[in-house]
Amino acid sequence: MSWEFILKWLPKLLQGATLTLELVAIAVVAGLILAIPMGIARASRNPYVRALPYAYIFFFRGTPLLVQLFLVYYGLAQFDAITQSALWPYLREPFFCAALTMTLHTTAYIAEILRGAIQAVPVGEVEAGRALGMSRGKALLYIILPRAARIGLPAYSNEVILMLKASALASTVTLLDITGMARTINARTYMPEQTFFIAGIIYLVMSFALVQGFKLLERYLRVDASQGR
Amino acid sequence: MNLDLQGFGPALAAGMLMTIQLALSALCLGLVLGLLGALAKTSPNRALKWLGGTYSTLVRGIPELLWVLLIYFGTVSSMRAIGHFFGIPNLSLSAFAAGVIALGLCFGAYATEVFRGAMLAIPKGHREAGLALGLSRSRIFIKLVMPQMWRIALPGLGNLFMILMKDTALVSVIGLEEVMRHAQIAVTTTKQPFTFYMVAAFMYLGMTALSMIGLAWLERRASVGFVRSAS
Repeated sequence: MSWEFILKWLPKLLQGATLTLELVAIAVVAGLILAIPMGIARASRNPYVRALPYAYIFFFRGTPLLVQLFLVYYGLAQFDAITQSALWPYLREPFFCAALTMTLHTTAYIAEILRGAIQAVPVGEVEAGRALGMSRGKALLYIILPRAARIGLPAYSNEVILMLKASALASTVTLLDITGMARTINARTYMPEQTFFIAGIIYLVMSFALVQGFKLLERYLRVDASQGR
Repeated sequence: MNLDLQGFGPALAAGMLMTIQLALSALCLGLVLGLLGALAKTSPNRALKWLGGTYSTLVRGIPELLWVLLIYFGTVSSMRAIGHFFGIPNLSLSAFAAGVIALGLCFGAYATEVFRGAMLAIPKGHREAGLALGLSRSRIFIKLVMPQMWRIALPGLGNLFMILMKDTALVSVIGLEEVMRHAQIAVTTTKQPFTFYMVAAFMYLGMTALSMIGLAWLERRASVGFVRSAS
């Protein structure tokens, strides 16, 4: 491992790291927003409402992200209806496809996390709210969701780390994220050990920073204090 | 909708067989690594503890795809050196071997945590009873801890196996001819990406659904005689 090599290629890899971060940020934020209604539906007492998002979740959790990514990026081009539509300029872009697929993928996982969290909210607290005359919607907004957010936060932070690692797949659709950059550098220098090692270190540092960030968030939201029943 | 695979059916089926072989081989390696990792992490020896901890944190922090690439491309020169030493020219890891090692390594890192949790869940009294009866430490582990540990670790390992099953698709990146690779080959000749990737998706769905059924059966079998606590 030579310093010269590191100094020469580290800027390129860090440039890839910004792309990785962008992809992950879009996916986990948009995924969370999409997952909230889905998670609520999954936790519903009505079996028909509950079954509705099931097929979506089953498909996205049961197939590899790589297959989903190829379906969106390469697969959609098979249909003339799509290549002639107004959406095509976006669906042609690898970045848009990767962000879209990662969002759809993580939505399924976050929805399941939310379902578990909503079901773990103590029944008594919801009943207390209802007894005080809160409507069902109000109880959901003021009691169930804030409580579920704290219960689900540790699992959500795990999902963010998993998405950080899953974002490496963006390199298979020509994007130059950390892994994509490393593959390009490897093709040019033929120094696979060093290149992939440095890329790995960057991922480690990023996941470490994310873990610490979520620890701070957990402290701010007083997750530990609200777990007692 | 009638599905026309244009003669690629057998190739895809062969790919599925390869995927299953890859997943099961990686599972075997991963279980061994996980057990060793958990033993190291719970051992009183500080160096071993550090080794186990470093293994599980390091491997879990780096993407699976990067491990596949690192093991496949990163071992070329060292494998050649080893081959040179033993007089075998051009020794190198096949894509299958690299895939098994990379996926087994990742499975093992997560399994370390699952096994460690399971070991800690076994009442201390059982171990002390073994000591009182004069069993050696290794016999206590094999005869007392292991049989009880499986039952507790099974749900966690099942989840990991599902993840492993889906991660096998990553090995197509280094050219192993499994489901995904065969789908890619079919796409280049037929120009029907959606059809073939959808077929691949349903093959993976079938495999995950089957392993879900198998795991439920295993869990039922393992918990015979244990009453589920009402939660």
